[in-house]
Amino acid sequence: MGRTMLTKRIIPCLDVRDKKVTKGVKFQNNVVLGDAVALASRYYEEGCDELVFYDITASAERRPIDIEMVREVARAIHIPFAVGGGISNLEDMSRVLLAGAEKISVNSLAVLDPRIIAEGSRAFGAQCIVLGMDPVRAEDPVRFPSGYEITIRGFRERTGLDALEWAKRAEGLGAGEIVVNSVDADGTRGGYEIRLTRLIAENVRIPVVASGGAGNPAHLAAAFREGKADAAIIAGMIHTGEYTIPAIKEELAAAGIPIRRTW
Amino acid sequence: MPVIAIVDYKAGNLTSVRLAFEALGIPARVTDQSAEILAADRVVFPGVGAAGSAMRNLKALTLEDTLREVVRRGTPFLGICLGTQIILGHSEEDGGVETLGLVKGNVRLFRPGSPLDKVPQIGWNAVRLRRLHPVFEGIEDGSEFYFVHSYYPSPDMDADVAGVTDYAGVEFASVIGHGNLVATQFHPEKSGRIGLRIFQNFSQWDGRC
Repeated sequence: MGRTMLTKRIIPCLDVRDKKVTKGVKFQNNVVLGDAVALASRYYEEGCDELVFYDITASAERRPIDIEMVREVARAIHIPFAVGGGISNLEDMSRVLLAGAEKISVNSLAVLDPRIIAEGSRAFGAQCIVLGMDPVRAEDPVRFPSGYEITIRGFRERTGLDALEWAKRAEGLGAGEIVVNSVDADGTRGGYEIRLTRLIAENVRIPVVASGGAGNPAHLAAAFREGKADAAIIAGMIHTGEYTIPAIKEELAAAGIPIRRTW
Repeated sequence: MPVIAIVDYKAGNLTSVRLAFEALGIPARVTDQSAEILAADRVVFPGVGAAGSAMRNLKALTLEDTLREVVRRGTPFLGICLGTQIILGHSEEDGGVETLGLVKGNVRLFRPGSPLDKVPQIGWNAVRLRRLHPVFEGIEDGSEFYFVHSYYPSPDMDADVAGVTDYAGVEFASVIGHGNLVATQFHPEKSGRIGLRIFQNFSQWDGRC
């Protein structure tokens, strides 16, 4: 056997509302796809490398995260998973981690109060703190040198923050990982936002996760190869049953991408 | 019924370790009590975080001698992640920390040549087995496990290296095997079915190689 390699992670994303997984386009027109714990167990059995759960209505409805669901997931699957949405302070983070999640994803909260990144990182370790960001294309090179502006609250509000500046700042504050979720690509299944993913991946020293726009295995290959992503989030392409995780992995392996083969 | 003690020395979250044993139906108890640890049939020594604070916590809980005694008695002992690092003698972390020294060696920081080799290493990497250790029974050579770490174990004696992994330009000891002590840099509790197999094997291991 030759040298080993860190493999590229494939991470199904489950948008959850009342323990059901939903899927929409650009945070709109959500349809119910099934029970969250059952779907998570299936993806686990099929060999996904990690999972992420967004409690999508939690922030908007100002209610805390569904901690019982986190516990059920932690009993069912034995790989890392992240939870986002409905987290507003260190106490919420602690509850989610003690329920069995490996990571917490902060997005709007981190923009509104960046100290939460530093505090979370100090309290639980950088590896627990994932910065999720929702950048949108912005044609104002003076204000947004990266070409992208950060939005919050489910793409509803612009922030005036440049995407790359924000990524570097979050890294400095102690984020352990960055999920680059393109507003323009989200739900389109037309491919990831490669340019920005690469720009961020080449300018921070922490792992970068491509998100938004995955429609086929070639899109993942491009995110890893051209986008320099360490991991990629998928949703619609597997939730609809069009692709399975083993089929995606097989195609990526054939394309020469290092992926996890044993589970 | 034989009992496994999971040592709680305030170094990270033990929920997934506990749930992994629970899923296997293996009785395991999270404890910071010396008497309970010494009474256990097997001891799991996990840990996430920094070596400096971990050693301070162990001292505050007066568990250093307990762990030495466990290893001396021949009780099967499984280190995980930071637990694996602090069984060695010295860590480069936190400006240099003297650690337990149960196995001779050091813990070093990844210093990658390429900016795309991110530190920490986060994700699934393979383990090449140097020998078939009993806790790897039934696990294919080259299987992948989940890693999260910025520092890596570097035992002095080649005989203590049971498995290796490559990252950031180095080949490091991802599995240490030293008598009744076995230790993984990766997290079996987060490594899916193959990781659970390690816990299963450990629960049946008599501590001999």
